[in-house]
Amino acid sequence: MLDIAVSYNRYKFLGDEFLTWLWFMIETDQNRLCRYDPDLVSLNIGSRMVLENTRNNAKETVTIKGQDANLEEGLLALKKGAVVTEIHLSYKSGDQHWQFNLKGESLNISNLKLPEIGPVETPEDLEGAVIEKTYLIEKVVGLVNNLFSHFIKLRISNEWRNQTVFRIRNWAMSLGKHPPDIDPE
Amino acid sequence: MGLLSSRISITRYKVASRLDGSVHETVYRALKQHSIPEIEDDGSETMVGWTSFEYPYKPDFEGYSFVFGAHMVFALRIDKKCIPPKLVQKHYALKAAKHLAETGRQFLSGNEKKAIKEQVVNSLNRRIPAIPNVYDLVWHYKDASLWFFSNLKSANEALETLFIKSFGLPLIRLFPYTTADLKAGLSARERDLLLKLEPSRSEE
Repeated sequence: MLDIAVSYNRYKFLGDEFLTWLWFMIETDQNRLCRYDPDLVSLNIGSRMVLENTRNNAKETVTIKGQDANLEEGLLALKKGAVVTEIHLSYKSGDQHWQFNLKGESLNISNLKLPEIGPVETPEDLEGAVIEKTYLIEKVVGLVNNLFSHFIKLRISNEWRNQTVFRIRNWAMSLGKHPPDIDPE
Repeated sequence: MGLLSSRISITRYKVASRLDGSVHETVYRALKQHSIPEIEDDGSETMVGWTSFEYPYKPDFEGYSFVFGAHMVFALRIDKKCIPPKLVQKHYALKAAKHLAETGRQFLSGNEKKAIKEQVVNSLNRRIPAIPNVYDLVWHYKDASLWFFSNLKSANEALETLFIKSFGLPLIRLFPYTTADLKAGLSARERDLLLKLEPSRSEE
């Protein structure tokens, strides 16, 4: 395996491309996401997204914040060649709801809000609470691993280069003009 | 940052190897040996060690209390003394003035200034209590994976250093490349393709 520090910097673009693809998938093909995660009820963009464009030796950052924020600025940045570097996601599975932030370059999860669990009032409650919390965190970690694994297999295939990049571009270009006419993957 | 907090940050790791012998006993001994000292000693600016999840300010690993179901849960504690710069400035000025008065001189040499500053910092370090920071972790031994509940660079570096020192097991941080290489189930051919990837271009 490559040196850790070298591989972190050399391949951090993969995390940003993953988040960009994930936004595209969320907007265009929830059914496929459900096939990737059979327990998934919905996966949506939450209240924050950060995009970066580092083309032409300049770094341009676009941050979109707020509930039900308009993502038009993000799409405009995407059209110019930006990638998503950070995304806030809202994940529903069964009748439970998770919210978390995912960073492209590190795949670190932050600001993770789990479904409510019962209060810990006695030392005996603690073990149950730990096991329940661990299960709830595993759902999110598993989701991210699962989605990333599907992404990376697509990313190393010819399909990515020959089709998916164009589909993502067409999707970004088509928004604001007419409904997307896309068959992802 | 804690496992039971309402908002959680997670850095994911793969544990690169396995322990010899009884897992719980080996972990217990290592935790005890490298637990955070209960008594603040000399003038150390930072102390790093393991502590228990349930009682972070009084480490206790007896009865394998770090075992919760199939997981091991304990915490990294970093006690750090933060001396406000203005306090150093004040004590330095007082000590420098005293030194000048005692020697009857008007100026201090560069070396004298440095030595006085070191004395002041050491003296304040002994008197100021350290601020404890506790970061929980969950170790899934069977899956060779570990969740550390902080994204802070300094805390993650302290974890990686203390983990290998305590257990002799390297931790591999899971970021895009390592996740693809170690967790995505790629074949040897696919891993070769991964190495050759370059950023896509999808702009107008």
